[in-house]
Amino acid sequence: MSLFAAPSKEKVVRVTKFAVKDHEMVPEHVLLTPEEGDEVLKGFGIEAPKLPKIHVSDPAAREIGAKVGDIIKVLRRSTTAKQSIFYRLVID
Amino acid sequence: MTVPKRIGKIRFGLISPQEFRKMSVVKIITADTYDDDGFPIEMGLMDPRLGVIDPGLRCRSCGGRPGECPGHFGHIDLIAPVIHVGFAKLIRKVLRAICRDCSRLMLKENEKNMYLEQIQTLERLGQMTDDVVNKVFSEARKNKNCPYCGAPQQEIKFERPLSYIEEGHKLTPSDIRDRFEKIPDDDIQVMGMNPATARPEWLILTVLPVPPVTMRPSITLESGQRSEDDLTHKLVDIIRINQRFQENREAGAPQLIIEDLWELLQYHITTFLDNTVSGVPPARHRSGRPLKTLSQRLKGKEGRFRGSLSGKRVNFSARTVISPDPNLSINEVGVPMDVAMELSVPMLANARNKEQIKTFVRRGPDRHPGVNYVTRPDQRRIKVTDKNCEEVAEQIDIGWGVDRQLADGDIVLFNRQPSLHRMSIMSHRVKVMPYKTFRLNPAVCPPYNADFDGDEMNMHVPQKEEARAEAEILMRVQENILSPRFGGPIIGGIHDYVTGSFLLTHGTKPIDRQGVMELLKKFEVSELPAPAGVTDKKPYWTGKQVFSLILPRGLDLNFKADFCYNCDVCKGEDCENDAFVVIRDGQLLKGTIDAEAVGAFKGKITDRIIKEFSPSVASEFLDRMTRLALRGIMYAGFSFGIDDEDIPKEAAEQIDDTTRTAREKVQQLIEAYNAGELEPLPGRTLDETLEMRIMQTLGKARDTAGKIAGRYLGLDNSGVVMAVSGARGSMLNLTQMAACVGQQSVRGERIKRGYAGRTLPHFRRGDLGAEAHGFVESSYKDGLNPTEFFFHAIGGREGLVDTAIRTSQSGYLQRRLVNALQDLEVKYDGTVRETRGMIVQFQYGEDGVDASRRDYASTDNVLRIIKNVLKKESA
Repeated sequence: MSLFAAPSKEKVVRVTKFAVKDHEMVPEHVLLTPEEGDEVLKGFGIEAPKLPKIHVSDPAAREIGAKVGDIIKVLRRSTTAKQSIFYRLVID
Repeated sequence: MTVPKRIGKIRFGLISPQEFRKMSVVKIITADTYDDDGFPIEMGLMDPRLGVIDPGLRCRSCGGRPGECPGHFGHIDLIAPVIHVGFAKLIRKVLRAICRDCSRLMLKENEKNMYLEQIQTLERLGQMTDDVVNKVFSEARKNKNCPYCGAPQQEIKFERPLSYIEEGHKLTPSDIRDRFEKIPDDDIQVMGMNPATARPEWLILTVLPVPPVTMRPSITLESGQRSEDDLTHKLVDIIRINQRFQENREAGAPQLIIEDLWELLQYHITTFLDNTVSGVPPARHRSGRPLKTLSQRLKGKEGRFRGSLSGKRVNFSARTVISPDPNLSINEVGVPMDVAMELSVPMLANARNKEQIKTFVRRGPDRHPGVNYVTRPDQRRIKVTDKNCEEVAEQIDIGWGVDRQLADGDIVLFNRQPSLHRMSIMSHRVKVMPYKTFRLNPAVCPPYNADFDGDEMNMHVPQKEEARAEAEILMRVQENILSPRFGGPIIGGIHDYVTGSFLLTHGTKPIDRQGVMELLKKFEVSELPAPAGVTDKKPYWTGKQVFSLILPRGLDLNFKADFCYNCDVCKGEDCENDAFVVIRDGQLLKGTIDAEAVGAFKGKITDRIIKEFSPSVASEFLDRMTRLALRGIMYAGFSFGIDDEDIPKEAAEQIDDTTRTAREKVQQLIEAYNAGELEPLPGRTLDETLEMRIMQTLGKARDTAGKIAGRYLGLDNSGVVMAVSGARGSMLNLTQMAACVGQQSVRGERIKRGYAGRTLPHFRRGDLGAEAHGFVESSYKDGLNPTEFFFHAIGGREGLVDTAIRTSQSGYLQRRLVNALQDLEVKYDGTVRETRGMIVQFQYGEDGVDASRRDYASTDNVLRIIKNVLKKESA
């Protein structure tokens, strides 16, 4: 599988703003519910500040409506593991 | 134990004169150090309040003994202010940015606010403010008149190293300090300084801190004479001049003398801080040696940071030249007797080992495994000598400790610099040997990247049980056979071991009983396998059978050997070249053992053994392999000489033909080019096309020449054996030696540089032919003609420069990577975290795989597992 899939045939013309999550290079961001977030933290045995961070102002975070303190699950394509899961704490 | 503390923040600033005085324990007024009785003079440079260095005394400030007392600062009140060299440039910037009259930063109020806001934003984000601050200074300097008081400004010239000249007058440090004192706090902030921690007038010294004696200890020479530290000498100078200055000023000496003394004080303080300022002659010792002052102590490779903090010297270590010994195990290291008698391992006497320790002590320090020191239960250390050893041995009881000399079986760490990967430090078992070099099995050279042309290596002796356990379990050579870089064995046969294995196992040459015995001399083999056949009523064996004796039972393996010709259709087990290896239940049935089977970086057999059996079995295999391969190469006999590069006459003629036709073809191409008949290749200019076609033609000519030579050089040629088995060299090397060296190149192109329009005066201008641009038609054996030789030197030089650049660049890259990654740790849950516990990766390498513990994820493994299961069921 190529990292660069063919561009979608849909013609989306957005001059002012485009959805970054539609971009080929942007991995899928999933907003976790507080319960799911706690589950993740418990799994790693850590407090939330030990997670990598993401700004609320990050376009990907903004698009899924994340608030400060939320945890975002990022599903990245990986050349070694096909898919790898990262978690990020939303900060100001 | 000190309590671990977390650093909240670090703030950098300048120290104010008040602070210098506050932290000072004594004001120094006399330049003298000791009185006639050898006691330190009060308020002198060796004042007892500054700390203690003499054993037995206590510090007058803190009451600590030497070692406990960290030392305390004193101070010297300078008669006149002096510029701090380190801040000369900053002083210049500030001086030019402020008004000479009212001392205000020469920017309008709104500009100040704008810059201040920018600085504050950057500081909040934790980013560098340098750019904004520099902008502030350069903008403020542009004003010809002060925007506040309207005073006209004068150009301030800076003369290295320390003079500031305004209107032809030199500004004294006092003048500058006066100006700086008047700068308002708000303006200081715009200049990127915090007025609470760094006021500009503090850039100019009025008080000089005197470092504690602990950082400038004096040493007593054998003659009883005291020799003072360089810093003390410098301080003496400063105090003397300071005093003279004061006396002269009080006596109302003429301005000229005062200025001279001021200058002198400035000089001494400058060199006290930094003795390598350009424009200032370095202060020298009486002997002419430049003094080592404050900044010299910190700077550079030998300085405090790189020399004493990032790296230091260690005890319990040894370094000497290395040499090979194939009879050692890969897990062993041969240690010279001299080294073994110097290094020691601590042992604590208990009920079980008491008697054994006594026998060690009784041997004294001069008979090998002896004892160098004994530690009594009250921690007093006694040196064991030839004379007192009997007596000390009798006293040994439970609770006593001894430093036993290094002996066979001890675990040590072995290292060769540069330590580029973790296999650069591995642990070995000691084998004490005569002579003066460290000995190691040549199979472990690849991970250390060692050879025996004079390489030296270091050895370290772990002193604690914990360290020894860690070294033995994690760092043993056998645990590091598989490289975490590519998951294959990095340890294995090199050079003659590969050749030896090849010669032994290639084909089915019969070896008689005597030969087999000779090959197996070094092994504990009690039974020979059934002979492969009988000739002249004498039984014979094959090399494959002999090699099978060192393979573990139960090993099944098929693979293509290194010298496989990559035929279009692989015949597999029926390979005619004996290049397909078949091992069944530890019996080498078909194929030849070469680099692919046992070599370093390849080693299919080694790899399989580790994964199927264990590292111990693999190390055992490598030990036996190195010994057998050497026997193999000696049994066959192996040498390489100049006549191995000989090729028959007809071959030489064919090669001549090839090169001649190639040259003619190049001429044709050039003619076509000149006639404008050459068709350019897509995306290339005509010139480029011609170059490419010529390179292609000449490249092909060399390959053809190589093939012709190769046809006449068979496996009876030792060069071919080495190239084909993967031991050393390649067929290309042989081609260059025997047939044709080929095109020399610079940056992948034919050689073009030289004189106008030609490479050398031997050729016509504009000659595009093969010879004129570095095609070497001769072979190394035949010898190169002068022009060829010169072109060869050009090409060779490029190679040398490339390697030099590559090593320095990759070294720096490695250093940066190591600095960035050194504190990361893979935790037991597979996450990668740094020291604070912050997660960097949720799964190591995103997939959590350790390359050295996986098995290439190939489908063969499934087949093998099925086979193994079926075999067990049928059994």
